Amino acid sequence: MIRTPLRPLARILHARAIGANPDAIERENLRQRNEVMRDRARGRAQLRLLFLCICFFSAFTVVGARMGMLAASEPMEPRSAGATSTITAGRADIVDRNGRVLATNMLTHALYVQTKDLIDPVRVARELAEIFPELDAATLERRFTDGRSFMWVRKVMSPEQMQAVHNIGDPGLLFGPREMRLYPNGTLAAHVLGGASFGAEGVDSAEVIGTAGIEKALDARLRDPEQAGTPLELSLDLTVQATIEEVLATGVHQFEAKGGAAILMDVHTGEIAALASYPAFDPNDRPNPLADPNAEPGDSPLFNRAVQGVYELGSTFKIFAAAQAMELGLVTPDTPVDTQSLSVGRKRFSEFDNHNYGPTKTVTEVIELSSNIGTGHLALMIGGERQKPFLKSLGLMDASPVELVEAPGAKPLVPKKWPDVVTVTTSFGHGMSSSPLNLAAAYASLANGGTLVKPTLLHRNEPEIGPRIVSEQVARDSVMMLRRVVTDGTASMAKMDEYAIAGKTGTADKPKRGGGYYDDKVINTFASVFPAEAPKYVLIVTLDEPVDRTGPEVRRTAGWTAVPVAAEIVRRTAPLLGMRPAIAPQPLDGLTAVKQ
Amino acid sequence: MRPLLYVLSFLAVLGLGFWAYRENYTTQGALREVAALQDEIANLHESLAIQRAEWAFLNRPDRLRDLVVLNFDRLGLMPMEPHQFGRATEVAYPPPPSLADGVSDLGIGLPVDTSGILNADPENADPEGQTP
Repeated sequence: MIRTPLRPLARILHARAIGANPDAIERENLRQRNEVMRDRARGRAQLRLLFLCICFFSAFTVVGARMGMLAASEPMEPRSAGATSTITAGRADIVDRNGRVLATNMLTHALYVQTKDLIDPVRVARELAEIFPELDAATLERRFTDGRSFMWVRKVMSPEQMQAVHNIGDPGLLFGPREMRLYPNGTLAAHVLGGASFGAEGVDSAEVIGTAGIEKALDARLRDPEQAGTPLELSLDLTVQATIEEVLATGVHQFEAKGGAAILMDVHTGEIAALASYPAFDPNDRPNPLADPNAEPGDSPLFNRAVQGVYELGSTFKIFAAAQAMELGLVTPDTPVDTQSLSVGRKRFSEFDNHNYGPTKTVTEVIELSSNIGTGHLALMIGGERQKPFLKSLGLMDASPVELVEAPGAKPLVPKKWPDVVTVTTSFGHGMSSSPLNLAAAYASLANGGTLVKPTLLHRNEPEIGPRIVSEQVARDSVMMLRRVVTDGTASMAKMDEYAIAGKTGTADKPKRGGGYYDDKVINTFASVFPAEAPKYVLIVTLDEPVDRTGPEVRRTAGWTAVPVAAEIVRRTAPLLGMRPAIAPQPLDGLTAVKQ
Repeated sequence: MRPLLYVLSFLAVLGLGFWAYRENYTTQGALREVAALQDEIANLHESLAIQRAEWAFLNRPDRLRDLVVLNFDRLGLMPMEPHQFGRATEVAYPPPPSLADGVSDLGIGLPVDTSGILNADPENADPEGQTP
């Protein structure tokens, strides 16, 4: 490129000749040169802008076109995909630990009406009312003809009903496919399963959502399309659950109780093998919650006594005081404890029925006889500031972590202040309320050698070793004391030849709504572990307002009500759990005797 | 030479077109078959789920319990209880073999085939000691 000189000699000389300023020529040339450079730069910038514009335009066109195509095209399943695409039910099944179905899906149909297509609304209304007895012909007819174009008639129906609707033959009657949740076992494990219902409904499908129990607590897992093919495996054992429900129902009727609960839990893994609450309901046809605001929640069959029933659990707590006192090295099982009298401030404590167990008893005997005064003395030796954290570490003061939607709501009732009086009453299970499931976990933590157990409803293969609560020696001694309760103490009805049960009874008066306690309404609890020599399972049986009228006097203590029920449960379920009974030698029959 | 090349390439295009046409239709047919198979699989899955639900429904514990009670005289089933367990020592040994069993082992009681032991014709018999 030829550069124009800024100061051309010819023009300078000419300017000098005419007396003009030669610098003006230089400035003028500089200006012209800058203008050329500016024009060139602008042109290049415009070109770049144009290029970028084209790039963005084509990119956005591609995105827009794709979006438009996606929006406009009909949804279709990939046809040429391999066999990996499983066309299974939307919600995962629930099975027990042996793979037996507890909840599954069934394809059924919903019935809806396009009223514009109805040929004879009057006849359709009449015939529908004949097929579905809960529908009213007059109401249906009114709703068919009031101007709406669309209406649901039934959410689900049986194949027979569907055929009957087909036979009406009106083009306005239409069916939409529905996945329906089915609980083939009826009321079995109803409180664990909870129930399900329809969420958002469309013509082609409806979502099934859990409404209670594990169906709601693990709703996300059950609805996860990736895991729809693998059933949710619970720790429950169908056979054991059925047996426990049967025995519990018999017990509730026999002792004229309002209800009852039973929990059977593996002490090592925390797996709940059975969880029953009586009365139960059918999750296929879940009843509505009680409408009466004054009704006790326990009156509804929906109430899960094992998890939601937060009650004072009575003397079953005594073993915790004894275990902690031994753990702290304050006592040994044979240390004598004062059982004569106990007063804190102006409050004087007495034994059940004003018994007098003599001046002193050993710790083992205190548990065996269920002495309030002896336990109170143990608790005072421990002191409230150590007792409270111990009970908390056993999980008795927090809502149970079990996978039920009802569990977080059932928080134990714990006194806010912890003076000595509370220390004493808590040691024998009064003044503080917890649920039977929490009690089961706490007993399991003692029975498995002293490590914390978290209750779970999901099948686990290996034990989860929690933090240590008490030493193995203390755990062994505690179980030994519980065994003495059965062999020599208040739970003698649980003594049997086949299985060695160890446990503690608890009888607590029911609190009145306004404060104070009922005289004739009790909650009876029997917390037990078996077999005593090497505990494998913990069994909690709770009866609500039981009474035993078989003897000359009316008896309401746990030893007469909850204990025989628990013993029968152990007798029936232990063989099912694969536990070998200690076999009493059978009387020899003639042939065997001759042979020997 | 060149016209031959033209004719050959024209024929090749024709052949390829025919091949593509056939391939297109076989592919569509295969896709239809896959779709039909997938529908069938879905239906089978569905009926499998129903069968499983029905199996669970028919095997529900309270129904089985009722059936056991109804058929008690034929089946005599009882709930599993500890007293039904026994020790291996309580199972009787089979009785020791008696003398009679030993006799039968010798085969004395069995039918014996006697044919050929005696001569068929007694006239031709030449028992020892009777020959002059």
